[in-house]
Amino acid sequence: MFKITERRMIVPNLQLMTLQAPEIAQVIEPGQFIIVRADPDAERLPLSVADWDRDAGTLTVIFMEVGASTRRMAAMNPGEFIPTVAGPLGKATEIENFGTVACIGGCYGIGSLLPAIRALHEKGNRVIVFMEARSRYLLYWQERLAPYCQRFFSITRDGSTGSKGHAGRVNDILREEAIQPQRFMVNGCTFLLSKASRELAHYNVPVIVSLNPIMIDGTGMCGVCRVSVDGRTQFACVDGPDFDGRLVDWDELLKRRQQYMNEEAFLVHDSGCGRSER
Amino acid sequence: MNEAKKLDLQRQDMPKQPPHIRRSNFKEVALGYTPALAIREAQRCLQCKKPFCMEGCPVEIDIPSFIHKIAVEDYAAAIRILKQKNCLPAICGRVCPQEEQCESKCILNRKGAPVAIGRLERFAAEWEAAQDRVEIPRAAATTGKKVAVVGSGPAGITVAGDLVLLGHEVTLFEALHEAGGVLTYGIPEFRLPKAVVRREIKYLQALGVRLVTDYVIGKIKSLDRLLEQFNAVFVGTGAGLPWFLNIPGENLNGVYSANEYLTRMNLMAGFRFPESATPVSKHKRVAVVGGGNVAMDCARTALRRGAEEVHIIYRRSRNELPARLEEVENAEEEGVIFTLLTLPLRLIGDAKGWLQEIECQQMKLGEADASGRRRPIPVAGSEFRLPMDACIIAVGNSPNPLIPKSSPDLETSDKGTIRVDEKSGKTSKVRVWAGGDIVTGAATVILAMGAGRIAARSMHEFLVREG
Ligand SMILES: Cc1cc2nc3c(=O)[nH]c(=O)nc-3n(C[C@H](O)[C@H](O)[C@H](O)COP(=O)(O)OP(=O)(O)OC[C@H]3O[C@@H](n4cnc5c(N)ncnc54)[C@H](O)[C@@H]3O)c2cc1C
Ligand code: SF4
Ligand code: FES
Repeated sequence: MFKITERRMIVPNLQLMTLQAPEIAQVIEPGQFIIVRADPDAERLPLSVADWDRDAGTLTVIFMEVGASTRRMAAMNPGEFIPTVAGPLGKATEIENFGTVACIGGCYGIGSLLPAIRALHEKGNRVIVFMEARSRYLLYWQERLAPYCQRFFSITRDGSTGSKGHAGRVNDILREEAIQPQRFMVNGCTFLLSKASRELAHYNVPVIVSLNPIMIDGTGMCGVCRVSVDGRTQFACVDGPDFDGRLVDWDELLKRRQQYMNEEAFLVHDSGCGRSER
Repeated sequence: MNEAKKLDLQRQDMPKQPPHIRRSNFKEVALGYTPALAIREAQRCLQCKKPFCMEGCPVEIDIPSFIHKIAVEDYAAAIRILKQKNCLPAICGRVCPQEEQCESKCILNRKGAPVAIGRLERFAAEWEAAQDRVEIPRAAATTGKKVAVVGSGPAGITVAGDLVLLGHEVTLFEALHEAGGVLTYGIPEFRLPKAVVRREIKYLQALGVRLVTDYVIGKIKSLDRLLEQFNAVFVGTGAGLPWFLNIPGENLNGVYSANEYLTRMNLMAGFRFPESATPVSKHKRVAVVGGGNVAMDCARTALRRGAEEVHIIYRRSRNELPARLEEVENAEEEGVIFTLLTLPLRLIGDAKGWLQEIECQQMKLGEADASGRRRPIPVAGSEFRLPMDACIIAVGNSPNPLIPKSSPDLETSDKGTIRVDEKSGKTSKVRVWAGGDIVTGAATVILAMGAGRIAARSMHEFLVREG
């Protein structure tokens, strides 16, 4: 059993939860994820890890409230327990001194980018952060990201703060500011990942996306998480979750997600943004 | 005793649910012997001085003795004899291929009516479970030695059970949220009720084994880290990496690996949907590609999930089906359609990415190949299409590479299996043993248990000597 030490809504519909999982907190690296179950009958939900504290032995996740399991977790309070926290799963994000790295986060992905941003900063990269949301009230963690990034831009669909538009605006901003990244990193819903991958491909540098297909075991056993990358089938849970978005077969991936429309593990990474525009 | 009595060739059938009823429920198909049937069957055993049946048993159960105890209605003694060699009789009695093992060697098999050893084993185990008072053997004095067992399938269960009884402190690590390996996530409820597996896991815990679920070795902790905390480690992580066919269209919606399909139904209790959370779509026409036991399990599960038509697509003929004959017959009785001598060429989807049709090719049998089975060869111009809305790929698994990948000093074969010394289960890495499907590739429950037994013996020797 894993104890909840913190649970609160950070912006409407997005919950932040901190869990006591000392052994995972000890070894987790940026880009890795965990699988949780809210109760013994609940499905297994893969969640990116947005932060950890190795000394306190805690992990922080940010998730959207979309169905039975997440609603149940959202109703839980510090001091309560959940039965499953398995991890760390997946490969860690590649962190090198690349030069300038532009990081784009939307929904839960704003939070899940923090560990990579911090590590990239510590490796001496110049980190540029773009936060993307429907509206200003859905942005969060500006102050937590600030110490690790050189420049910070927000993009809102309604123009309530920062630039008006969505992922495509990153292009304009980079041009206006004469910034030439050596690498992109994108976290968020599949819609944002695919759109950013397409719109940023012309830079001819890697666009590293953290994929979030449906998963069951997270250990390479079931194959439900398979995606085509560069014409080859890969299992996102063990070969990823990071892939170069320029090589991902987005059409197939977006269609595959429809199969599991009714599943919460699908919804948790795919609600809100983009859905209405598809 | 007269001669006719001695050679009773009337093998007692085991009552089963009738096909038309069982094909729409998930309850166990075979209902088990009643005491009267068990006694009658046990009395057929000739109590051979030189029992050939035992040569066919990978774990050397004293078969005539336990059968004798059933014949004289001393069931407690029968189960005690079974458990001396086999810690999972309720499971082996159900899923072992006895027709290739003990029963094939039984002297009465020469007359075509071997003693139903597996059914008797199952009977004794069920009798014990019904007593509500399972005997817990006394463990040896504690040795103070610590053992980590990685993977809670039959191999891991055997090692954990054997070593805890020898007085070692055993921790069993499992990646999933429930223990049992393939017994839990793979073999369907109607063949092996999950309650039976849970009972065995409880028993193991009652013996003193500490079970840690949701713990992925190789991720949360490497073997090297485990070796800092434990005197010895056993790796029994199974063959969990599903193969696909590598034909176009395999990532269409409605295409599953057997592992995904069965895991959704078993581990995630999809068979209880909608009460449980993980849905399995209800498909009308389902094709299962492959001809082994796993394919039969998938096909029969799909029927029970409400499919109108379920096909087994296999590229050779009925004679070459690798599944147990009993399972093939069960599937046939339930209405699974065998589309044999057929090779899928590609999967064709609609505009939304859902499977619609499978393009297949007719095959015919040619010369025997290295495996002794006749090689299927394509018939030119014989392509045809089968309309299907789901396809389950059940063509095999290879070992899960998680642990070998995170332990480069663990020697593996080019197939990805861990190399061990057959007599001891020792790997190339000091203080690490391995066994089961991770060593042999996908095999059987009893072989995994046999490998566990060998490794446990060697680990024990090591632990008392120097560990
Ligand atoms: C559908 C199906 C039907 C079958 N039917 C039969 C049958 O009727 N009769 C028969 O004899 N055999 C049958 N088999 C084969 C049999 O189940 C296997 O040969 C046997 O289970 C192998 O046992 P094992 O202990 O080696 O591994 P498994 O049973 O595969 O168990 C391995 C366990 O290790 C865990 N694990 C993997 N990696 C890690 C890790 N890194 N850290 C922690 N844990 C890990 C896995 O989650 C799993 O629980 C069937 C197999 C399948 C798939
Ligand atoms: S070989 Fe057959 S008849 Fe002889 S002891 Fe074994 S089970 Fe009984
Ligand atoms: S989640 Fe099962 S293989 Fe990736």
